Amino acid sequence: MTTIVASLPAALRPRQVLSWVGVAPFFLFATLFLILPTLNIVLGAFRNAEGQLTLENLGKLLAPSIRSAFWISIELSLLTAVLGCFFGLLIAAAITLGGLPRPLRNAILTFSGVASNFAGVPLAFAFIATLGRLGFVTMLLRQWFGINLYGAGFNIVSFLGLALTYLYFQIPLMVLIITPALEGLRREWREAAESLGANGIQYWRLVALPVLWPSLLGTLALLFANAFGAVATAIALTGSSLSIAPIVLFAQIRGDVLNDPHLGYAIAFAMILLTAIANAVYILLRMRAERWVK
Amino acid sequence: MTERRLWSWLAVVLGGLYFLLPLVGMFDFSLRMQRDGYGFEAYRVVLADPQFQQTFGYSVALALVTIVLGILIVVPTAYFVRLRFPSLRPIVEFLTLLPLVIPPIVIVFGYIRIYNTSSVLPLTGSWWGTNLLILFGYATLSLPYMYRSVDTGLRTIDVGSLTEAAQSLGAGWARILAVVVLPNVFVSVLSGAFLTFAIVIGEYVFAALLNVGSFGPYMVWMGGNRAYEPSALAVVAFAITWACMGLIQLVTRFSKFSTVRR
Repeated sequence: MTTIVASLPAALRPRQVLSWVGVAPFFLFATLFLILPTLNIVLGAFRNAEGQLTLENLGKLLAPSIRSAFWISIELSLLTAVLGCFFGLLIAAAITLGGLPRPLRNAILTFSGVASNFAGVPLAFAFIATLGRLGFVTMLLRQWFGINLYGAGFNIVSFLGLALTYLYFQIPLMVLIITPALEGLRREWREAAESLGANGIQYWRLVALPVLWPSLLGTLALLFANAFGAVATAIALTGSSLSIAPIVLFAQIRGDVLNDPHLGYAIAFAMILLTAIANAVYILLRMRAERWVK
Repeated sequence: MTERRLWSWLAVVLGGLYFLLPLVGMFDFSLRMQRDGYGFEAYRVVLADPQFQQTFGYSVALALVTIVLGILIVVPTAYFVRLRFPSLRPIVEFLTLLPLVIPPIVIVFGYIRIYNTSSVLPLTGSWWGTNLLILFGYATLSLPYMYRSVDTGLRTIDVGSLTEAAQSLGAGWARILAVVVLPNVFVSVLSGAFLTFAIVIGEYVFAALLNVGSFGPYMVWMGGNRAYEPSALAVVAFAITWACMGLIQLVTRFSKFSTVRR
């Protein structure tokens, strides 16, 4: 009996079988609630109502209304990613290299953890209460400085307003990701550069930025994906008056999807494609960046 | 040096203004419901609203069940992958990261297409089915956080020796997982759990598209129909996020102390 057991392939021995039972629920779960739903969407994007292969659905993405929705989404995600990276880097640099008191650094990192998770509906409410028509800052500016934001054409329910709101979770995410990278910049590199006569700008241009750029670009890609997938914030802030890609998809699923589910598939597929590319860029650049941080 | 410090202070102060003003604005707005000055009227109205109690209670319950389900799925998987199937590791890691890559709205769209009333498994057709589906959906969303924190926790203990010791004392797998592994990674499980709680409690897209009466859709409805209550709700939601993140820091710090003592 023992010889038979020993000659069986390793995976079939009783102990191994039991271990397989341990991981089986995970794979079953992932298949049913992650892989199959996504595959269904991806395959649906390439099939017509009769189940034949087609590129027609993807062609419908070029319709002006859909194309402009994607375009606004991409602009919004790119703008908030770039600004989020820039301001996040400034704050991260200030708390790591700027000689600020240590408790302040820890407080800012903790707050970043909270703020990067404070997305969605409540965040939209906070911005309406602040920069809405009767918002706190709007009123403050009018009463104290005589500045009429809304008279000047500002509206929180707009591209600009949405971008301002998204930055509230984009900047902290950047701070959280880039702070370790900045802390990985060794003091010796700066000292070596200075002993060779480099000034601050030269050090940044020739030493620090070449080391940091994979992290920076990678995080840019991550922030792009982060903004692109955000739906709840946009819906709570604008209703559906600003049509960005996820809101169009939301409306499709809610109502029109029965008329043309395949257009919904195509929009969803394009969204997966964009966020997948952005995430792949992030992972590749992250691996590159880790060469230096060891 | 002093010049650099000056610039740093400027960056932090300007950043602080941007991040604190919306919080101040939301709190200020939530206090203005009374005509005769500041007060907690909006909170009183919200807390007394039966709809609030119902949806909030539902979301809390859903979050707790999601956490339990997440633990049941993730802890055995992470344990066996570490102990027996190191080769599966990249696959499992990839799968657990997918919910961060695929936008949630796409995942729920897939659910609606696969599990609708005319499918093999018509989950959206019944009350139980819909609740199960949103539970599985939230467990899916929590996978990245749960798996990473549990796996980090497992890294700090010697899984192999602990397992052999438990086996030599006659423990079976279920017992090893529940009595040996889980207590050892409990702190990591807790961080994953708090993060999951913070995400699930105000989630909107899944709930709205699956037609579930949870806290997220309730907040959006309030946002469209009331003036001051939404701000009070935002303050409550912000406090919950703060509490969850604070608790994560607290348990992590606690675990650091306990490992030092050992």
